[in-house]
This record gives sequence, structure tokens and C-alpha cells, in this order.
Amino acid sequence: MDAVLTNFANGDILAITWRPLLAGLAQTMLLSLLVIPLGAIAGLLIAALFVVSAGLARVLLMVWIDFFRAFPPLVLLIYLYFGAPLLGYEISAYAAIAVSFTLNTSSYFAEIFRAGIEGVPRGQWHAARATGMSWLQSFFVIVLPQGTRAVLPDLLSNIITITQLTALASVVSVPELLHTAQLAQATSYNVTPIIAAAVIYLALLWPLVRLMSHLDARRYSTKLSAAATQRRRRQETADE
Amino acid sequence: MGRFVDQFINPVIWARYWDEMLGAIGLTVQLTLLVLLTGLLLGLVLGLIRVAVPPLFRIPIVIFADVFRAIPPLVILVVNYFALPFAGIRLSGFDCAWLGLCLVLAAFTEEIIYGGLRAVGKGQWEAARSTGLGSVTTLMLIVFPQALRMTVAPLTNRTIAIAKNTALGSVIAVPEILNIAMSALSNSANSTPLTMAALFYIVLFAPLIVFSRWIEHRFPQRG
Amino acid sequence: MPIVYKPEYTMAALLKLDNVSKTFGDREVLHGVSLEVAPKEVVFLVGPSGSGKSTLLRFCNLLEHPSSGAVLFEGADILKQKNVNALRQSVGMVFQSFNLYPHMTALWNVAIALRLVQRKSAREAREIAHHFLAEVGLAHRGSAYPAELSGGQQQRVAIARALALKPKLMLFDEPTSALDPELVGSVLDVIRKMRHEGMTMLIVSHEMQFAREAADKVVFLDQGRVVEAGAPAALFGNPQQQRTIEFLSRFSLAGSHG
Ligand SMILES: Nc1ncnc2c1ncn2[C@@H]1O[C@H](COP(=O)(O)OP(=O)(O)OP(=O)(O)O)[C@@H](O)[C@H]1O
Ligand SMILES: [Mg+2]
Repeated sequence: MDAVLTNFANGDILAITWRPLLAGLAQTMLLSLLVIPLGAIAGLLIAALFVVSAGLARVLLMVWIDFFRAFPPLVLLIYLYFGAPLLGYEISAYAAIAVSFTLNTSSYFAEIFRAGIEGVPRGQWHAARATGMSWLQSFFVIVLPQGTRAVLPDLLSNIITITQLTALASVVSVPELLHTAQLAQATSYNVTPIIAAAVIYLALLWPLVRLMSHLDARRYSTKLSAAATQRRRRQETADE
Repeated sequence: MGRFVDQFINPVIWARYWDEMLGAIGLTVQLTLLVLLTGLLLGLVLGLIRVAVPPLFRIPIVIFADVFRAIPPLVILVVNYFALPFAGIRLSGFDCAWLGLCLVLAAFTEEIIYGGLRAVGKGQWEAARSTGLGSVTTLMLIVFPQALRMTVAPLTNRTIAIAKNTALGSVIAVPEILNIAMSALSNSANSTPLTMAALFYIVLFAPLIVFSRWIEHRFPQRG
Repeated sequence: MPIVYKPEYTMAALLKLDNVSKTFGDREVLHGVSLEVAPKEVVFLVGPSGSGKSTLLRFCNLLEHPSSGAVLFEGADILKQKNVNALRQSVGMVFQSFNLYPHMTALWNVAIALRLVQRKSAREAREIAHHFLAEVGLAHRGSAYPAELSGGQQQRVAIARALALKPKLMLFDEPTSALDPELVGSVLDVIRKMRHEGMTMLIVSHEMQFAREAADKVVFLDQGRVVEAGAPAALFGNPQQQRTIEFLSRFSLAGSHG
């Protein structure tokens, strides 16, 4: 038991590393607060473009989305961070993270928003336009709020994923939580800081994970009743 | 432009690392398949157990699922690689990545499967039980198939997202695509190996993404 | 049968569809249809499913554009008009499936366009919305969400939503088709009241008994063409065309609502 404590939860080591670890946590949260809005706004823009586009433009947007969903974000980050200097462009780690994570997460956001928006019945657009609302007003006031509500669990899931994604910043030496813990481990020859980092991540994200399960459960139950309604509608149409 | 070609798609560098990169692809594919197989299976079993057992016994499964969904996968790999040896468990980087990603996938799978099983109405259970089917038979033959239809789309998406995480193995010295590309990059001071890596990943994962679109269309999650 | 007022056919038409056609892909679904609606007139558009009634109706507020022909509103060609949203405030529309905004209360369903399109203050928008909810008999339900209302109540909120913009013309696309039979009457009562107050209306409906009672003119559309049009007594009592007779024979005019 003592050995376990010395190796994994060493109080002495915690005493000297908790400050840098908290600073690392602050960086992690800062990165999340940078990437989540960037990705969400860019994703919403792509989804809106997708909804109004047709033909080739629509196909190109879908290729764009799928390309960046297929591209592992770590590869993208490293490609940017280590590749750009070889072309003579120095790029800061933060810029590389902002660009690569925004490309990655905006594609996921775009898919989520698109699914939500397309799930809103056409009649909602018609009703809004019929009362004289402009396209933008109809989109933002009538369609988007409904579409967003339907995909709330997916949005939350994506936000959790993005927060986890910021741990990749350790690879380009940004002093976020994981990187700080790895540095502390290397200097102290003890894994306590890494275990501590894992526990901090758990404390940070566990409430969100619980909430996600809760929202998912609610969605499943509404999905069942929605399916029943749809079956009934189909039945009625067939009767006509 | 010439400089760009030279740095990013240099044919000489391309040829030099081609064989090594192919080997790395093999390893990535192997790791991915192992993670998918074990992770999905473990998650499925845990999800089924969770509906079948009394509430008290569900707690360990819930804790497992929450922990491995909350901690970033990269952190889990790093813990496996650096901390397990102190507990007397020595695993290769490959095994650490396999174990870590398998547990993450299992956690998400368990949660999705359980959600789907729960969503199948009480009426289905009662109807089946009233015709004399046992609880296990009801679960496997009546409830599970209905749940699977509902969960196949989110499950596919989640599985692909986790499969992409094999690239994280590069951080703990697994000689997969990104790892080999990075050492080739530092040896050659040229980005061509990274371009190769990027292309390989696109070739590996783009079909999966397209497949997931098909699945979403075929088994829509929303009505 | 109470006919409250005599429409003045001599007045210039409020709405005039002139030889309009519509092609979807390579299929022409409307073949040169012409139709006039005079001020204060109530025109019913009837016909079998797929005959193009909804499409025709949707030309009138440009939710759909005709492939050829002209649509004149107050004498001006709306296809050439730049401000579509201004036109849409003058032409209210009620849909078969209500299309209420599920994330807003009944009151805000009515108020939102007043606020955003007519730029009224929030307070004024609410007051006007409340007034029109009262007009359709729902003064007490303003804070309810659509899901908490019956189908008939939802459709009346939808009517209030259109009326609140003070339109000169109201379009109805099968306003009662999605309703349970016992709820139809409440919606027809509202339409009756609007007619009494002199609202100009173009109504697509399968409620033949109601058409007979409330229409000034009935237009029978089949396969994208006007087959026959005239006063309800003439069209229902003494149809001239074989297709009209066949269509009307499917409805038992004995049953009645309201
Ligand atoms: N957006 C569209 N694209 C292609 N075809 C369409 C479209 N809208 C309508 N149609 C076709 O045009 C024809 C007329 O449709 P419309 O909805 O106007 O008929 P309707 O008389 O209102 O029928 P119903 O009584 O069923 O509502 C139908 O055959 C329909 O399939
Ligand atoms: Mg119609």
C-alpha cells in the first residue's frame, strides 16, 4: 500500500506540482474556450452554406466536411506546426492549434448543425417566410433554435471531445495540463503528476459526461414517440 | 511552388520512405482492427449486463463508462505507458495503445447500447414475457435487435472517431503511420513523409466516413 | 343559408392570376390557369389531390414561382416586385399542418413577425398579438406552447398569426384537413367571422358543405386546369362538366359541419 502511495499518489510530489498543474488546467480551459467558439461559428457557417447551396457547391462542401472528419487532428496539427517552418513560415503553436482544431471541429459542428437544421420541417420555413420574415430572420429565429435543440446531446458530446482534444497540444509543447504533468513527471521521476492530471480531467469532464447520458436517454425516448407519430402519419397518407 | 513540391511532395524522399511507411500502415490497420473488435465486444457485453443485473451491480459499469468517457484518450495512453510499469505491469507501446483505446471504445459502446436497450419500451418486455419467454431470451431476441437498429448510427460514428485515435499511439512510441512519419521528418528535414501519412489516413478513413453517412441514411437516428 | 353581403364584382380584382403555369423538372403540373379574386370576395378552390391547388395558392405569396404567366396583386405584377417580404405581410397564409413554431408560446407565435418584420416594440407586439388571439377565441391561451394546444386551437393561433399583420388577402390551404372532426367547427367559425368582417379569402378546402355556405365563387381545378368555375349554387347544384360531376359525387353533401 505504501508503495502504491509513493508511486502513484505521492504527497510530497503533489505539494510541489499542484501549482503548475493548476496553471496547466487554466491553459487547457483557455484552449477549449478558444477552439469551441471558433469551431462552432465556423461549423454553423458551413452548415448554413450547405443548406442554401445546391448541386456542385453542395458536393464540394460535403467533401470538405468529410475530408476534415477523416483527417486525424493530431496529424493535421503536426503537419501545420512542423511543415510550415520548412516552407519558411514560422507558425506559433497556438496558431497551429487554432487552425488545425478549428478545421477539424468545425466539420463535426457543421455535420451536427446540418442534421439539426434539416430535421426542422419545411413548413417552419414556409410559415416564417409567409409572414414576411427574411431568410436570415427565419434561419436564426425560427429554424436554428429548433434544430439546435434537437441535436443538443451531439453538441455537448462535441464540446467534451474538443476539451479532450486540447491534450494534443502537449505534442507541440503548449503548457496545458497534460504537458505540465509530463514535465513534472520527467523532473520528479514519479508518475503522480500524470495520475493527478487524469483525475483533474475526470473532475472537469465527468459532470458533462453525465449530462450527455441524461440528454441521450431523453432523446431516445422522444425518438421512439416520434417514430410512432411518423408511422401513424404514413398510415394516414396511405389511407387517402 | 518548386520549394513547396520539394518540401511536401518530394519524389526522392517519397521513394526512400515508401516501404517503411507501408509497414506502418500494416501496424495501424492491425491496431485499429484489434481495438474495434475488443472494444465493441466488451462494450456490448457490459451494456447487456447492465440492463440484466439489479441496480447495485450496475454501479461499477457506470463508473467504468464515465471514467473512460471523461478522461482524454491521449491521457489514458500516457498513463498506461508511464504508470503501469510502476504497478509491475510492463506493456509495449502497442499494447498500451490497444488497451487504452479498447477501454475507451468499450465505455462509449456500453453507454450507447444501454441507452438503446432502455429505450425499447416496457411493453415489449411485458409482451414477450407474457408469452412465456425467459428474460435472457427476451433481451437477446426481442429487445436487443430493436435497440441495435436505433444505436447503429451513433455507434458507427463513435467507432470511427476512436479508430482515428490510433494516431495518438505515435506519442507513446508505437511505430504506426504518424510515428514513422515524424522520425522520417526529423531524419530528412522534409515534410514529404507527413504528406504521405496524411494521404494514408485519408485513404484509410474517408471510406469509413462515407460508410457512416450511408449508415445514418439507412438507420436514421432522428425521425 | 345566411349570405351576409353581396360582393361587388364591378370592382377591380384584388388578386389576379393570369395564365400561370408551373413545371417541376420536366412535368408541367399547372397548364395556364387564370383566376380572379375581387375585394371582399371569398373564393374556394376545390379539386382532387395532386391537381395543383397548393401550388396555385403558393404563387400568391411567392412561396412558389410560376414558370410562366403573371400574378397581379392590387394591379401590380408581384413577380417583378422587389420587396417580397412587404407583399407577404399583405397576404396572410394558413397551412394544413399549422406550422406553428414549437419553441415559442402562442402569443409569441403571433408577435414574432410584428416584432421582427414590422419592427414594433415588444410591448406593442404583445398587445396586438393578444388582441388577435382574443379574436380567434384564445385570449386565455397566450402562454401555452403549441404542443399544449389542441389541433383546432393551434390552427386558430396560426390564423391569428396571419391576421395580426393586417393582410388584405388571406390564403388557406386545407385549414381543417389535419383536424379531428369535432375540432373542425371552431376553425370554420373563425373563417365565417372573417368573412362577415369583409376579409378577402382564397381557400383550398374539401369541406364542400362549408364551401356551399361561405363561398362567393367556387373554382374546380383538375389536372392543372380550371374545369369549371361559378357561384356555389350553380357549381354544386348544376355542374356542367362530366369531371366536376364525378368529383362532387365523391362527397356526400348531406353531412354538415357547424
Ligand atoms: N416541390 C415540388 N417538386 C416536384 N413536384 C411537386 C412539388 N410540389 C408539388 N409537386 C407536384 O405538383 C403536383 C401538384 O401538387 P399540389 O401540392 O399543388 O397539389 P394539391 O392539389 O395541393 O394536392 P393535395 O390535395 O394532395 O394537397 C403534384 O403532382 C405534386 O406531386
Ligand atoms: Mg395541397
